Amino acid sequence: MTATVAPAATPTGTTGSTVDLARVIRVGTLVGVGMVYVSVIGLLATFNRRLVIDPWLSLGYLVLFAAPMFGGLQFIKREKLEGLEPEPASINDVVQAAIVGVIGGLIAALFATIVNTFPDVRSVFPNWSPELVELLTLGLGVGPAFLVLPAISAVVAAAAAGTSFLPERMRKALVVGLLAVVAVSLFQPVVDDFFDWLEVVPDFLYTPTRAIGVPGAIAVFVLAAGLSYFRPRGKNGLTRRLGSEDESVRRRSTIITAVIVGVAMIALPRFLGGILNELLVNVGFFALMALGLNVVIGYAGLLDLGYVAFFAVGAYTTGVLTSPLSPTWDPMLTWWQAFPIVLAMAALAGLFVGTPVLRMRGDYLAIVTLGFGEIVRILLLSDWLAPYFGGAQGLRNIPGIPIFGTTVNVNTPQLMVYMVMAFVLIAAFISWRLENSRIGRAWAAMREDEDVAEAVGVDTVKAKLTAFITGAVIASFAGALFAAKVGSVFTNSFEILVSIVILVIVIVGGMGNIPGVLVGAVVLIGILGGPAQPGLLQEFGEYKLLAYGALLVFMMLKRPEGLVPSKRRQRELHQDEFSQDAWLDRTPSAPGPSVAEPGRETF
Amino acid sequence: MTTTDERPPAIEEKRKRERKALRLSWVDLFLWGIRVAAIIVILWGLIGSIQIFASGEGLTAAGWRDLIVSSLAQGAMYGLLALGYSMVYGVLGFINFAHGEVFMSGTLVGFIAANWLFENGVWEANPFLSMFIVLIVAMVTSTLIAVTIEKVAYRPLRGAPRLIPLITSIGMSFFIQYSFAGLFGVGFNTYPPPPDVIAGTVDIFGLQIRTTQLTVIIIAMISMIGLWYFVTKTKSGRAMRAVAEDKEIAGLMGINVDRTIVTVFAVGGAMAGVAALMWSLLFRSVSFFTGFIPGIKAFTAAVLGGIGNIAGAMGGGVLLGLFEGVGPLLILGGLGIPGASQLKDAVAFIALVLVLVFRPSGLFGERLGSEDRV
Repeated sequence: MTATVAPAATPTGTTGSTVDLARVIRVGTLVGVGMVYVSVIGLLATFNRRLVIDPWLSLGYLVLFAAPMFGGLQFIKREKLEGLEPEPASINDVVQAAIVGVIGGLIAALFATIVNTFPDVRSVFPNWSPELVELLTLGLGVGPAFLVLPAISAVVAAAAAGTSFLPERMRKALVVGLLAVVAVSLFQPVVDDFFDWLEVVPDFLYTPTRAIGVPGAIAVFVLAAGLSYFRPRGKNGLTRRLGSEDESVRRRSTIITAVIVGVAMIALPRFLGGILNELLVNVGFFALMALGLNVVIGYAGLLDLGYVAFFAVGAYTTGVLTSPLSPTWDPMLTWWQAFPIVLAMAALAGLFVGTPVLRMRGDYLAIVTLGFGEIVRILLLSDWLAPYFGGAQGLRNIPGIPIFGTTVNVNTPQLMVYMVMAFVLIAAFISWRLENSRIGRAWAAMREDEDVAEAVGVDTVKAKLTAFITGAVIASFAGALFAAKVGSVFTNSFEILVSIVILVIVIVGGMGNIPGVLVGAVVLIGILGGPAQPGLLQEFGEYKLLAYGALLVFMMLKRPEGLVPSKRRQRELHQDEFSQDAWLDRTPSAPGPSVAEPGRETF
Repeated sequence: MTTTDERPPAIEEKRKRERKALRLSWVDLFLWGIRVAAIIVILWGLIGSIQIFASGEGLTAAGWRDLIVSSLAQGAMYGLLALGYSMVYGVLGFINFAHGEVFMSGTLVGFIAANWLFENGVWEANPFLSMFIVLIVAMVTSTLIAVTIEKVAYRPLRGAPRLIPLITSIGMSFFIQYSFAGLFGVGFNTYPPPPDVIAGTVDIFGLQIRTTQLTVIIIAMISMIGLWYFVTKTKSGRAMRAVAEDKEIAGLMGINVDRTIVTVFAVGGAMAGVAALMWSLLFRSVSFFTGFIPGIKAFTAAVLGGIGNIAGAMGGGVLLGLFEGVGPLLILGGLGIPGASQLKDAVAFIALVLVLVFRPSGLFGERLGSEDRV
């Protein structure tokens, strides 16, 4: 078998028997460049302030040595080809990985020497500092660094490559264990709040630096890896049940999951302290906006880059209508009285933005909506409209939301969480119902091919406008809540960056999939935070937009359907592969699809 | 039998068409409303401005002239940036959102060269050589960044649905932006003051023009002529035009499509590098955020001139420069809106919306590949 297919099956030197020197040098250089990049943009120094495992590993070094780790993993990747056994693990891969590590480490050490020799460059590059040299050389000085850095990188890379010798199950357990240690360490505030009633646990896990200690790390690793290793496998996994062919099984497990998640969400704010509830509220705002943008981009396929404008419309309308300090006109309505007007204004704004862009190409639409977003912000900030919207002073003293005799505002974070959650549920419900409705199918058709949709009788004008209006109304939910929560609105909450972050949430979570979008909001805003809102990893600071940009590129290149993909979307994006798989799966005896229409039945 | 069967669908069809006509006319009505409103507002503003001018208040004639010249200089810069958008759109059919960052990288790395030259005294002693060095540094940086982006991010996406490369380029834009923020810090870096030779003003036909602005316009003209020669007279230029027309057929004709696309990015990057030098002459202060808004405006300029149209991009740039330089004062000032210059960016974006409403194919016509003409 191998004699005939092997040459064709191993395209670019992934053979396990020889050392592919050109590839090793290329990957090694990339690893070195990665390490230099991490150092010179200041990630190493900034992240070094946060320990992951006290006192052994800081987040900075974790990021630094991630480069050789990924470099090493390159050599154990196997192309999965239909009908062929992947090549077995070989010691050669480990050797190659180690060489890659050495090359990367040498480049990093060389860079440290350069920084040490030319300290003047600091006037231009703020991170080009003696501290950086100290960090890169692990405090040992420039000479020993040429030994130590390559050695560590080589060990990391070789260890990463060496995992290919482990059985699949053990490898997975190892990964889960390591990730669990990092997660438990970095999410210290959550664990701490959660075990308020059992102080022993956080006391055991964490050292006073807020990082996990060595005994804690070992315990968490053993626990997580053990759970992963001995996890029951088979047909009864939750994901499998949720995707089950059987309608009743699927429905039952969906309901059970929803109930569990619901109970957890109701219980969660009670366990958490003020800061984490604040974080949850922010997650909720972004989840709301992401749900709205999901309607526009995920369902209808219209890329709206100025989505924050509708958020601003919601917030400013609420402000003008409810604040006693609204400059020209202050009707001083309550939040609930203002709410319908806010929705109407947002719908109007959606209509107003949607109509001129009806006949534009998809990518023109992106830029024009971005322009609209900026226009709204500039106008709100301008002196011209300052008599109405306060200009740079913004609108202040916006009252909270009166409900059941109390007022929900910035002082009642727990109530605010419930309030936001309720609206997230409403928005999720609206989008879920719309997705499966007549208009939802029209959106899907339009997203696939506008001309064809129009030809088969879909009213694309109506479909586009409804998408814009629905999206705008959902965003105005977030705006109205935001105004009530913060108590004041300023234009700097409506920068274009907000639109971009919402876009990243939708794309990372999974375009067109409600649970995906919610997961995206929780993960991204929870960990990294919004443009102006800190997440759990406050160390990210200004680097979070770097991370968002990189995530966007990564997702588009590797997984355009997102973390939790919608079934239909996944099929659209991987249509070729699906057809190919279906064609390969086709057995001559089964009444499969004809050759002329490969894979028709799998759709 | 057949007649009775056919009639109801036919009537239904007719009703549908009528309904559709009605609905389309509603949208048309709205768009016509925008058009008419825009014209009325512009005219009203113009009349107001003329009144203000006649009453002797506001800017003097010389003031307007200065404003126009500086707008032209800025517009020339937008034009050079717009070329990058226009060429990439013409060949690959998507908006390279990261092109603004390509330009920004040129301004920041060019700053290192300028700073070094200034500290070593070359800047004053040999101004033209220094400017040439800064130009080369900026062009090389921008070209490298543009080509790298193409290789890393866009090449794997050849043939993907058109929104996917656009979203990728947005991600790339932020990635590059904040990489440079980490590298150079978030503050502003200020270029050394322009050398004495170009610090003053020159007298052309009785007009006092600041020499930096004149230099910028001259550089833009030289670059345009060079680019025109490259695209129309050289073999690579011909390959570029062929690939823009039809990638597949061009490939069949023996043109290396991948290499030609790299050339397109390289040329766009080089022009962004030239624009980077112009920015440093006009504004001097640069930061990691320098490229973002000018990038969007340059795209506006490319649309204004007709995307894919190289001469159109330059014309669109100059026009956009005029719109946003003169527009706020001329039209908004004429309407009596206070703080009109704050609304400069808004005017540029409104210009984009209006162009796409009035004439989506741009003022000088689009030139797109066969599969992109929609």
